[in-house]
Amino acid sequence: MIEIRNLTKTYGGFEALKSVNISISKGTVFGFVGPNGAGKSTTMSILATLLLPTSGTASVGGFEVTEQPHEVRKRIGYMPDFFGVYDQFRTTEYLHFYGASYGIPRPDREKLIPQLLDLVNLSDKRDAYVDSLSRGMKQRLCLARCLVHDPDVLILDEPASGLDPRARIEMREILKELKLMGKTIIISSHILPELAEMVDEIGVIEHGEMVAQGKVADIQNRLRVKRVLHIRVMDRGDELAAMLRDERHVSQVLSDETGVHVHFGGGDAEQAQLLNKVIGAGYGVVSFHEAQTNLEDVFLEITKGGAADGLA
Amino acid sequence: MDWRRVLINPVMDKEFRLRMRTSRSAVTVFAYVLVMGLLAMGIIYVMMSSGAGLSGRIDPSTSRVMFYALSIAQLVLIAFMTPALTAGVISGEREKQTLNMLLTTQQSSSTIILSKLVSSLSFMTLVILATLPVYSIAFLYGGVAPKQLIFVFLFYLFIMLLLGSLGVLFSTLFKRTIVAVIMTYGVGLVIFLLTGIIYLLAMGVVQANYYAAGTVTAPDYSWVGFILGLNPAGALISIFEPSFSDSVFLTRWSSQQAGAPIQLWQQFLLVYSVVIVLALWLAIRYIRPVRRTRVKKRLQTDWEPQEQEQEQEQEHEHGRQRNKQ
Repeated sequence: MIEIRNLTKTYGGFEALKSVNISISKGTVFGFVGPNGAGKSTTMSILATLLLPTSGTASVGGFEVTEQPHEVRKRIGYMPDFFGVYDQFRTTEYLHFYGASYGIPRPDREKLIPQLLDLVNLSDKRDAYVDSLSRGMKQRLCLARCLVHDPDVLILDEPASGLDPRARIEMREILKELKLMGKTIIISSHILPELAEMVDEIGVIEHGEMVAQGKVADIQNRLRVKRVLHIRVMDRGDELAAMLRDERHVSQVLSDETGVHVHFGGGDAEQAQLLNKVIGAGYGVVSFHEAQTNLEDVFLEITKGGAADGLA
Repeated sequence: MDWRRVLINPVMDKEFRLRMRTSRSAVTVFAYVLVMGLLAMGIIYVMMSSGAGLSGRIDPSTSRVMFYALSIAQLVLIAFMTPALTAGVISGEREKQTLNMLLTTQQSSSTIILSKLVSSLSFMTLVILATLPVYSIAFLYGGVAPKQLIFVFLFYLFIMLLLGSLGVLFSTLFKRTIVAVIMTYGVGLVIFLLTGIIYLLAMGVVQANYYAAGTVTAPDYSWVGFILGLNPAGALISIFEPSFSDSVFLTRWSSQQAGAPIQLWQQFLLVYSVVIVLALWLAIRYIRPVRRTRVKKRLQTDWEPQEQEQEQEQEHEHGRQRNKQ
């Protein structure tokens, strides 16, 4: 559905995108992650026909964005990370305007708009002026606007940015519904843990380059070579930490009141051996388990922590 | 056929609705008519106290002068109002962060540009039509033909179209409304003031040369008249008094043999029609970075300053920072 080949974008001497390749099949939810200024918004703007690439190609539904932008626009619903609304419009008028701008006849819009408002939980605000809506509501209204022409592809640039936790959850629920509707969604976000349960694939971009891409589980597995083991013992935690530092496959050991945290480079067999050794040394092991890596860890691991500020 | 749909597209519909929903529009009309009314009263007062009214009546020729004065004043007001109304139509959407969403709809670039221009000019037309009662004061005393009034109003429409097209062009090219407004006023100033000053200077030089030469065989008219043909006031006066065009080309005031090669208002319409078409064409071309064919794309990448995109990216980052705070 979305094909990006060797996409490059330069601003003067600065390379915002360096030969980016992304392929997203129909019905996939693609999580696009990366720190601020990594090139996410640039890529999305190019896909939305708002920016010309310096070189390379990008296509949506088989239509090249620079060759047939009109066809591309029919197929995408684009939500920018920062957007304004026409404050003097009522909610329904706002959607009528965009519906009409996509050439949808008025009788069809009359049926469609209540459904859209229902989908984004704004039915009770149908006659409210857009100006009076909260930020979360405006965000949901903008999402409804993206859906007004029933596009196959949704390009959502940080749809949950600046929202409070409750509004984020509401947004996430709507996105899940859209996924069930079979939409192809490319979504960039800073709220990685919330993305994890709904995205099928992720692409990590840093300094304009794709540093990792694939199914969420595959990427997590790939990173499991550096698993973190949490060991809780009855007592002598510091002693255990000192002992483990000399063990093979152990790269780092941290000890605190919650237990000993071991960065371990070995596989399952080596992990079992390590447990035997700890028990053999007479420590009272309360728990011995591998820490769950979530999308946030994946992101930090891939971007080597240099992007930590992007997680705020 | 649904004529409403044909004549009013979604962008125009939006512009009309939003413009008329603000109290600013009503205040603008009121303020404008008030200024025109006060001007008319002022002119009557001056006439009454300067002799014309001493006999207790205003004759048609005095009334005509009043009509001219009002028309010129209206022209100046239009020159002030039109850039303010049009130079923010695209950059304003950009600043409100609604432009990108509008550009990803199915509305064509020409629809967006022309609809915004037409809606702004419609409002301006409403303002001008609201001043008609003020003109009726001049009619009260006679001396002005309705045909003249219609011509003057058509000329206003053209001036609004000219300044409006330039406003929309600058609004498309410049990211900030304030820059677009300043640029439009700047070009307006050149059209309204500089052309007049250059004409006066050039005419002065030409006449001085001929008189200095002391010959009687000097040509009766000079090309410098064409400069005044670029000035709206010159063109407007030539509509009132057709003989005015002849006189501006003359180098020797005593000679009345040679006529003007072209009426000033005709030259004005011809020259600025080209400017209007060019301005709108450029605005339509540059509102969207991505256009349909490769050929156009190459042209665009050659022309468009990359700094503008870079600024956009920086602005994007600033917006992010603001949002975080």
